[in-house]
Amino acid sequence: MSIAGATAVELLSRLQQGDISSVEVTTGVLESIDRHDESIGAFLLVDRDGALEQAEAIDLKRREGRAVGELGGLPVAVKDVLCTKDVPTTCASRMLKSFVPPYDAHVIEQLKASDAVLIGKTNMDEFAMGSSTENSAIGPTRNPWDTSRIPGGSSGGSAAAVAAGMVPLAIGTDTGGSIRQPASFCGVVGLKPTYGRVSRYGLVAFASSLDQVGPLASDVQSAALLLQAVAGYDRRDSTSVVATVPPFSERVEIPLDELRIGIVPEHFSDGLDPEIASAVHAALDVYKSLGAKIVDVSLPHSKYAVATYYLVAPSEASSNLARYDGVHYGLRAAGADEMKMVDMYSATRGQGFGAEVKRRILLGTYALSAGYYDAYYLKALKVRRLIRHDFDRAFESVDVIAGPVSPRLPFVIGEFEDDPLAVYLSDTYTLGANLAGIPGLSVPAGMSEGGLPIGLQLLAPAFQEERLLRAGRMFERETQWHTLRPGLD
Amino acid sequence: MDYTIVIGLEVHVQLLTQSKLFCGCANRFNPDEPNVQTCPVCLGLPGALPVTNKHAFRLAMKTGAALNCDLSEFTKWDRKQYYYPDLPKAYQISQYDLPFSHDGWLEIEVDPDGGESKRIGIIRAHMEEDAGKNLHDESGAGGDSRVDLNRCGTPLVEIVSEPDLRSASEARIFLDELKLLLTYLGVSDCNMQEGSLRCDANINLHIHDNVQNIATPIVEIKNLNSFRAVEQSLEFEAQRQFEEWQQSGHKLGDVPKQTRGWSERAGETFAQRGKEEASDYRYFPDPDLVPVIVSEEFIAEIRDELCELPADRRTRFRTAYQLSNYDAAVIIDQGAEFADYFEEISQACEEGKQAANWVTQDVLREMKEHSLSIDEFPIRPPVLASLLKRIAGNEISVKSAREVFAGLLKDGLNGETITGERISRIIEERGLALVSDTAELDGVISTVVARNAKIAEDFRGGKQGAIGPLIGQVMREVKGADAAVVRKLLIEKLSS
Repeated sequence: MSIAGATAVELLSRLQQGDISSVEVTTGVLESIDRHDESIGAFLLVDRDGALEQAEAIDLKRREGRAVGELGGLPVAVKDVLCTKDVPTTCASRMLKSFVPPYDAHVIEQLKASDAVLIGKTNMDEFAMGSSTENSAIGPTRNPWDTSRIPGGSSGGSAAAVAAGMVPLAIGTDTGGSIRQPASFCGVVGLKPTYGRVSRYGLVAFASSLDQVGPLASDVQSAALLLQAVAGYDRRDSTSVVATVPPFSERVEIPLDELRIGIVPEHFSDGLDPEIASAVHAALDVYKSLGAKIVDVSLPHSKYAVATYYLVAPSEASSNLARYDGVHYGLRAAGADEMKMVDMYSATRGQGFGAEVKRRILLGTYALSAGYYDAYYLKALKVRRLIRHDFDRAFESVDVIAGPVSPRLPFVIGEFEDDPLAVYLSDTYTLGANLAGIPGLSVPAGMSEGGLPIGLQLLAPAFQEERLLRAGRMFERETQWHTLRPGLD
Repeated sequence: MDYTIVIGLEVHVQLLTQSKLFCGCANRFNPDEPNVQTCPVCLGLPGALPVTNKHAFRLAMKTGAALNCDLSEFTKWDRKQYYYPDLPKAYQISQYDLPFSHDGWLEIEVDPDGGESKRIGIIRAHMEEDAGKNLHDESGAGGDSRVDLNRCGTPLVEIVSEPDLRSASEARIFLDELKLLLTYLGVSDCNMQEGSLRCDANINLHIHDNVQNIATPIVEIKNLNSFRAVEQSLEFEAQRQFEEWQQSGHKLGDVPKQTRGWSERAGETFAQRGKEEASDYRYFPDPDLVPVIVSEEFIAEIRDELCELPADRRTRFRTAYQLSNYDAAVIIDQGAEFADYFEEISQACEEGKQAANWVTQDVLREMKEHSLSIDEFPIRPPVLASLLKRIAGNEISVKSAREVFAGLLKDGLNGETITGERISRIIEERGLALVSDTAELDGVISTVVARNAKIAEDFRGGKQGAIGPLIGQVMREVKGADAAVVRKLLIEKLSS
């Protein structure tokens, strides 16, 4: 039974009506992966047997009339940065090549409790550091729209898997844009929740004060469905917030009257690809036609976002990744028995980490070191607060802020191998939301002449994911961008 | 040329909580089964996150309050980063610049008899998690080193004193008082042998030549495993530093801070491989934990919860019950329950000194003999108080009372409930009642005097000692006679 092209919400409806079984859906997904993933490289691990077992159990529940969770048998792919009990979790790194967690992340527990079918783990930039999924120790994932190009990162595998129709839903993580940017590059919907909305327990940490887990799907309502299944307070995460989780997927169809949309004029400068600028302006016209008002807002400190982020994130990362030392789990350098302890540490870390990870650890260690802490890390924290205040002030006069996701279109794999800094600078539009802790959404909003997807970013105040999803759905209803699928062989 | 010894102590105590500081694993000393009291959090597995143990925080605040510290209304957690196999996250969650308490003091009695006391400043007390344990092959055969993470994550309070201690003996007293205080509060066991208290000592000398004071380089003594070792190592080190200064003339700042260990066997401190430069721990606020904002109500609650502190109770026992410094100290040292026991008796019989004697000698001795805690001791305060009242009221002699005590204890150990009424029965059964009734005694005395004419004559002739056997005879015939009264009547009789 063909599931190609069906959204998660459509599939769920058919599952609930008994038109189709979870085993059928899962089998379809597995077949699709077999067909397409060799040329895409989205998956690091496909748990065939496990997935079918889960699907069977859920079908049995349905047949016996027992209550079925809200994801009711839908297959979900999970970025390989979340701990899955007894299933390898590698973070696309040599360091964790053989790491099998003895516990499930909170999000995984939620997915299982919602009766999702966990299909497998997806490729990513190593330890979530990167914007292209080229930094994977296993190899890059390719953009289904043009396999010579990047799918974006660091949740490139998850975005590509959804875009290629291999799986209806995927989980990613976003620390500086790592859900929104690949969603934009792959023509799918991606949402970064408010910081504290989704538990980080079991999420392998990159930057603790910035990381958030979020959904990727082909359309807004499906993304909303996945979000509500994983969001919610978890006492095992001290940064988890006690906040009611509204039934997002049931609310998306409600439009927002008199929507005030803020745009930041500085974002539309020379560095922005004209095709992207054009797509964003067209999107704003759609909103205008729906009665929305477009208002200029100012985010005066957003020009410091890149510098701030690239001090805060690597500093926290340098600390979070210090535990990978070859002593307790993961890689231990060959020949360690003959080495002095300190040499074992450096050999293990030298071999286990890729270049981008090393770059950020060096940067972060430097920024935290005695004599530099005040000028770099502490200063960055202060500027971060100013960036947050900018958003607070802007949201006094607008409901959402709209703009581009990325200043450039997905580039060719390897194009920026020698210029990591240029890649850092491309995060300029997405970083602000992570620094401020506010939620952000990317919805498909256009195509370049060369057939590459262009996303529109929407930002809202903290805990206003519902507003974001409704605003996104308003646009989606009027357009066809989200229905386009890449032509795969 | 003389010198002043300057000592500061850094003490780590493990808190008496059920679970560890940031996870629910058992907080229990368990050297026999390695790595069983662990979970993803204290193992530092990828994805694990800390959650603060509220009870640990409470105990820490109590400690700060008892040490007369300022309790911070805003306090936070910082990561202290370094690599070591017993530290799985490669950072320790600790507190850096905003500890939960600071600027307090602990009063110590420099001279236990003279009552001269002084305040030792406490710079700060902060919380941190403990690391695991490395076990090395001590045989020298080159075997593997092993890591046991049972201890990793145990809640610690680190207490840093000002360098106000002026002798090894003061350092020892400081530790004794700190242990007394923290065990009274139920904060920690403070047992160095089990590792629930660890102490590093910093010492240098201020040498007074006629013109100026010269400070010698500071030495840190680590890996001490008893209060005795602390005292002895400091005594040795003070002497060693003076000799070294005389030879090398090194002043504070000339050489880096040295770390030394203590060899119990050799009776000397020895140089350990020092850190050439101070480690850069790259402290920063832990982003996985939120800062703690402590309300004024909470602080007030903590201060209210503090029981009468042992030092204050000791002073009160001296004045209220006229106890010697020694007796008061012995009672307090046995713990709060023991002091309660003593106080209940004293209040009931109003014989503080008597009670102190019985409690520190008879009760304590029997407790040890039969391995009983004071709560298990079968003779409860009302009963013992009753017994002491009868001594005071001249109903029985002290000697007889001891016999009664032994009888009560025997019955108590057999499982019987001991009441005051039983005292009366034992006295009766064994005829231990003091006879002060002179009428009864007169008859016996007359008889005895008549029977011992020679001795009577010796006494009248000036031999005071001759009366002894006469007293004995009377006592034998009249059980329970008060020896003092018998003597008095005999003398009267003989003199008449």
